[in-house]
Amino acid sequence: MPSLARRLLRRLALTLVAVWGAATLAFAGMRLVPGDPARVIAGGVQANATPEVLDAIRDQYGLREPVLVQYGVFAGRLLRGDLGGSYQLNQPVSGVILDQLGPTVALAAGAAALGFTLAVAVALVTAGRPHGRAVSRALEFGSISTPNFWIGVLLLAVFSFRLHWFPVIGDGGLRSLVLPSVALALPIAGVLAQVTREGLERALDQPFAVTARARGATENRIRLRHALRHAALPVLTLSGWALGELLAGAVVVETVFARQGLGHVVVAAVRGRDFPVVTGVVVLSALTFSLINIVLDLLYRLVDPRMRPEPA
Amino acid sequence: MTAPTTAPYDPVRAAEARSRAPRRQLRPGPVLAAAFLVLVCAAAAFPGLLAHAPDQVDPAAALRGPGAGHLFGTDELGRDVLARIVYGARPSLLVGAGSTLLAGLAGAAWGLLGALGGRMAGGAAMRAADVLLAFPAILMALLVVAVIGPGTRNAVLAITVALAPGFARVVRVQALVVRGSPYVRAAVNLGLPPVRILTRHIVPNVVAPLLVLATVNVGTAIIAGASLSFLGLGPQPPDPEWGAMLAQARDYLDASWTLALFPGAAITLTVMSATVAGRALQARYEGRDAA
Amino acid sequence: MSGPLAEVAGLSVEFPTRRGVVRAVRDAGFALHAGECLAVVGESGSGKSVTARTLLGLAGPGARVRADTLSFEGRDLRALTPREWRRLRGRRIGYVLQDALTSLDPLRRVGDEVAEPLEVHGLATGDDLDDQVVALLAEAGVPDPETRFLQYPHELSGGLRQRALIASAIAARPSLLIADEPTTALDVTVQAQVLDLLDARRRDGTAVLLISHDLAVVARMADRVTIMYGGLVVEEGPAADLLSSPAHPYAADLLAAVPDLDGPVREPRAVRPAPASPSGCPYASRCGLADDRCRGELPPPVPYGPGRTVRCFHPGEDAPRPTARPAVPDVAPDVVPVRASTVASERAVVSVRGIAKRFRSPGGSWRRAVDGVSFELRAGEALGLVGESGSGKSTTARIVLAEIAPDAGEVLLDGEAWSGVRERERRPRRSRIQLVDQDPLSSFDPRFTVERVVGEGLPRGLTGARRRERVAALLGEVGLGPEILDRLPARLSGGQRQRVAIARALAPGPEVIVCDEPVSALDVTVQAQILALLARLRRESGVSLLFISHDVGVVRQVCDRVAVMKDGSLVEIGGVAAVLGAPRAPYTRALLAAVPRLHAGRRAAVPAPAMDLKGPT
Repeated sequence: MPSLARRLLRRLALTLVAVWGAATLAFAGMRLVPGDPARVIAGGVQANATPEVLDAIRDQYGLREPVLVQYGVFAGRLLRGDLGGSYQLNQPVSGVILDQLGPTVALAAGAAALGFTLAVAVALVTAGRPHGRAVSRALEFGSISTPNFWIGVLLLAVFSFRLHWFPVIGDGGLRSLVLPSVALALPIAGVLAQVTREGLERALDQPFAVTARARGATENRIRLRHALRHAALPVLTLSGWALGELLAGAVVVETVFARQGLGHVVVAAVRGRDFPVVTGVVVLSALTFSLINIVLDLLYRLVDPRMRPEPA
Repeated sequence: MTAPTTAPYDPVRAAEARSRAPRRQLRPGPVLAAAFLVLVCAAAAFPGLLAHAPDQVDPAAALRGPGAGHLFGTDELGRDVLARIVYGARPSLLVGAGSTLLAGLAGAAWGLLGALGGRMAGGAAMRAADVLLAFPAILMALLVVAVIGPGTRNAVLAITVALAPGFARVVRVQALVVRGSPYVRAAVNLGLPPVRILTRHIVPNVVAPLLVLATVNVGTAIIAGASLSFLGLGPQPPDPEWGAMLAQARDYLDASWTLALFPGAAITLTVMSATVAGRALQARYEGRDAA
Repeated sequence: MSGPLAEVAGLSVEFPTRRGVVRAVRDAGFALHAGECLAVVGESGSGKSVTARTLLGLAGPGARVRADTLSFEGRDLRALTPREWRRLRGRRIGYVLQDALTSLDPLRRVGDEVAEPLEVHGLATGDDLDDQVVALLAEAGVPDPETRFLQYPHELSGGLRQRALIASAIAARPSLLIADEPTTALDVTVQAQVLDLLDARRRDGTAVLLISHDLAVVARMADRVTIMYGGLVVEEGPAADLLSSPAHPYAADLLAAVPDLDGPVREPRAVRPAPASPSGCPYASRCGLADDRCRGELPPPVPYGPGRTVRCFHPGEDAPRPTARPAVPDVAPDVVPVRASTVASERAVVSVRGIAKRFRSPGGSWRRAVDGVSFELRAGEALGLVGESGSGKSTTARIVLAEIAPDAGEVLLDGEAWSGVRERERRPRRSRIQLVDQDPLSSFDPRFTVERVVGEGLPRGLTGARRRERVAALLGEVGLGPEILDRLPARLSGGQRQRVAIARALAPGPEVIVCDEPVSALDVTVQAQILALLARLRRESGVSLLFISHDVGVVRQVCDRVAVMKDGSLVEIGGVAAVLGAPRAPYTRALLAAVPRLHAGRRAAVPAPAMDLKGPT
């Protein structure tokens, strides 16, 4: 079997392990909750539900069964793609997630496009140029050290409350996507710009760059035709992390801008201990990240011929 | 946030670089960073010396801008923002430094087990890390908070759980590099027993760069902790905390935008100082110039 | 053209650094004519590469270049704009760097790399470009150029990569080819082929500026030789004259240090180790002839015979043998026939019996690294193991050291089982067999001082002051003073580090030391010191050496017997004089024919070996 296919299969198997592990972890978490799960479902520990209501809940959610049986039921449903029903929203978890997926994906995609473009542009312009590098390094350091929610709050204060350029509350329009994307993109763009520039500078120091110069190639040609591809490798390596940060950051940024989205849902679910929803989001993100990493792995091989398997 | 450092640290090249590095003079960046960190630590340890009464309500003086009497202004209940920031240093530092320390310790043991534990134990340890690394750190922390509930101590635990697998992976890579290094080969050829090689060569050369990495990562942990607080899942009111203060400020932006200025600046400056200090330490250790 | 193609005079290159200005090149100069090969020779840091790159306007970032004359094809290079420089590079001057693995962009196809100069200078486009590139690859001796065109550098062997790099450098038919250490990373047989390729360009009228540290390579190629030391040209002249009768003491020491295949075998002559002098003649700190004038005043270049100049107050004087440290008898009387003084017994210390080892390649197939190798290492002897990369010599060393277990066969140490027993049983005996490898620094724990590094090989019972004393004594044996006990090895020079490694290997009192390419990373004069040290230690302590090297000349100097490996098998084993003097195996003959010799001269260049010794990939 060609080693690429073998590797892909291996990665897919690992993905299944990761998803299963995440789901099991979430299930175990659910069972670790101090107190009676039925009470949690009934509206929190402090809620005074009648014993009859609690009994009904126990029957409905199968809480009387032994833990292993419950786990079996849980896993069986998961295999069929059934994530269960929300404790709080009286709606299937898959429905909740599907409803809220759109705005979050839009936000993450907008921030990703902005962040990667900004990072590569800044790195290409400033790599190996002492003055530009000093300025952009300071800016990058600042953006890396700043929490996205503070950027978000400041943007809101200035551009929405003061200047009224952008809406205060997310209304689903494209204009309401601008400020959240910037807040989300900036810290990540800072990291990516650093890594891209380091990659470029490392490549520009290599003997092959000297050779290219000695062939009469212009500086722009060396950067675009030679060095950029080398810089793409560490950026790809970091992209899995960066995309993860983007989706995770969306949780916080959605709260800042009072946007609809998965982040909003998950924060509410964590506050209200709505475990089926938390579990659903955890499983979904484990799956997403494993798939993203597989794609990045393939892209890496596309860029770096040394990583490709030898022809049989 | 600071990206996880995955490139294995090369102690041999570092030592060589260190030997070439000129004696470093005091640079302004690390000095300022250290001074600010001292201030923050003082605030965390003895907040009463620097400010008083973070929860003294004065509705008559609510939402004032910065000025005399209240240097940083007041919040919606008329509480002094400066005092709240001073008192907020403790939970912020506790979450940042505490979770890094715990995650570093757990990650070191975990990573060493992964590298040296053989096929079964080592493999299982690293598969577990893979599972935990399959989703973003914040989400992991949220899951933990969902289970154990909000609060300062729980936030420390949540972020520890979120950070530890990353440390484990770095430690494992570093341990594998050290174990395969020519100096361990030389020690084997000298006939040294395995325990001695482990304690004399492998552990010290894995732990030292881990310490440096952990220092640089304190900033990440502080931001993660502040994020939890911002979402209302960290220290609970009325205890002041920087992230939670920002969440409050967000609701009064139309009335007083400076309310959002100071807690955020406190977080960012602390993160910057921790990172600069960590990088200076790293540069000292690796013998190159601080970035 | 009647005048020189390239002319440089009064060239100085400085690099401003944080610690002050580094003067990389001082008052250098040369002239180069069409169809001529000029070699610039020197150790690392001598300024030879910087000098060559100045002709391309690529001396380095931040370099400050000054010259009285800097001309090429009649143009004054000092006045060129960046655009004019680019028109010169790759078009009129081709540049070949060493180590084609990193000098060709690893992420681009070989064809694209070779095509770049044609593209950049607008000399060809489209199909015509591809045709030209294929023709260039063929011209550079790359077999099956249409296939190679589409491959990536890592898919080619070292020799083919270097050929592709040369094809790229000559693509635009430049009149000058600068080759910076073009053969350094290559096996000798491949090296010979690459040198022939460069020589063919020279015969076709291209001037070649060859930068090299290897005098034997230079002897084969160059018409004229320039020797640099500490940024200065110390001697310049026709190759044949200069190499047969060097006038500058540094040139003489350099020549004496080259382990050659011809002439009597002598104890390697050591040169005093010292950094370049800050004032006066830079070589004064190492020179056997240096007097106060040399130390205080920089000698001017003076004519010395026809077409020669030398920068020395004592040109051509016979230097008294320099002594390293008065206390250290590193430097034995000059002509000591090594083998006569050491009598190896017939007792085998290490017996290697039919060992075989295969490894899995990344592609999944199995590769035989070692296949049925047998030999004995006798008490007190030095056995050389020579072969090219991939011949299995290092794998053999690792099996002898019991770092890896052979798939078949066995190794005996003092007649007792050594391979195939449990590590627990082997561990107490490990002190009998020690290793000195190519890169000493990485074999030291970076946190350890010299004392701890060496002390680790001592018995654990020895502690405190007595342990320190013993370490100091061991350092004394390898020619190092006690003042380095508390230093970190990273702060030592390459030669000192290798001495520390040898001291550590001596610490447990071994019967055998395996030396795996112990001098390959060192400058030739330092190499000579280490070889002299090893020879003396063997004479004094009777330790046996298994000496692994790609360099036949080095093996000839140190060893009594030599074993030649190829593709995992021993092709020939016997006394050094017999094997090297009258090789029986065809491979040994080809290997010896390819080794560049100091005194063979270029006109008597050995023809390239008939057989292609390595596969195409």
